[in-house]
Amino acid sequence: MNALWISVLGTGAIAFGLKYLGHSIPEKYLTNPRMLRINTLIPIALLSALVGVQTITEKGKWIIDQRLAGVAVALIALSLKAPYFVVVISAAITSAVIYRVR
Amino acid sequence: MNRATVTQSLSVSFTVGLYGVAFGAASIAAGFSLLQTCLLSLLTFSGASQFAVVGVIGAGGSALSAITTASLLGIRNMLYAMRMAPILKVRGFTKIIAAEVTIDESTGVAIGQESLGADAMKHGFWLTGIGVYIFWNFFTVLGALGAQAMGNPSSWGLDAAVPAAFLGLVWPRLIGNFERALAASSLILAVVLSPILGAGLPIISTALLAVAFGWKARR
Repeated sequence: MNALWISVLGTGAIAFGLKYLGHSIPEKYLTNPRMLRINTLIPIALLSALVGVQTITEKGKWIIDQRLAGVAVALIALSLKAPYFVVVISAAITSAVIYRVR
Repeated sequence: MNRATVTQSLSVSFTVGLYGVAFGAASIAAGFSLLQTCLLSLLTFSGASQFAVVGVIGAGGSALSAITTASLLGIRNMLYAMRMAPILKVRGFTKIIAAEVTIDESTGVAIGQESLGADAMKHGFWLTGIGVYIFWNFFTVLGALGAQAMGNPSSWGLDAAVPAAFLGLVWPRLIGNFERALAASSLILAVVLSPILGAGLPIISTALLAVAFGWKARR
């Protein structure tokens, strides 16, 4: 088996194993008030981090480009209570226009 | 089923699934076969991890470093699974399916429905998980077969649509200053750490912020 196959199957197995493990943690460990609070906050932290990383970094470097403009427009749309798909589309259009004009 | 939940699930599934084109193309360019590319999407089913594998291998890295980087990025799915398990309450075969589709998007849509109740959270999770699975795999094949026709995903604005989609998912959860402070500090921490730590670590490290924020009862 070559390196490509090892990385395909190894990544697949570990990725699924991690997800399954998370679903297998006994509920009693997750139901005390502190764990419940932390457990509710973790996705908020991780998804916010993801927004930052996907918007202004690329391959471990800080990069300001059309993505930031797109996400800024999304932020404005959200604060104006725009529907979800409008938020996403307005970000895409802004970013695409800047990318093509540059 | 709530109409807003369905609309949001489908928008997320399509936007993110479309990015599968970029993955399919990147994977072929890195030297993976069509079968290997499809298996990465079918089995790993986690965009960040998959891009890491083809990135590391494409840059001449070893299988071990590819698997390690991808797995670091996959740890957050385990944390998402811990959040979703008490809501989904699944076992057996359904648990296997639920685990496979536990990703950023399905969890994000689920927590976005919290104000609509546990049923809406479940619907959001399943619709988005299965929806992204279908679109992601479909577009992976398209990308692998000839993404050149589409060109750079940036010229379609996909590079901003994806973070905007995640921002839109977290937004409804930022109900008070407490949550807003956590979101802002997590975003800043991950960006600041990005040039210092390897792929995956800056994002997971913000789980520590969530622990710190959640440790004391608020206010």
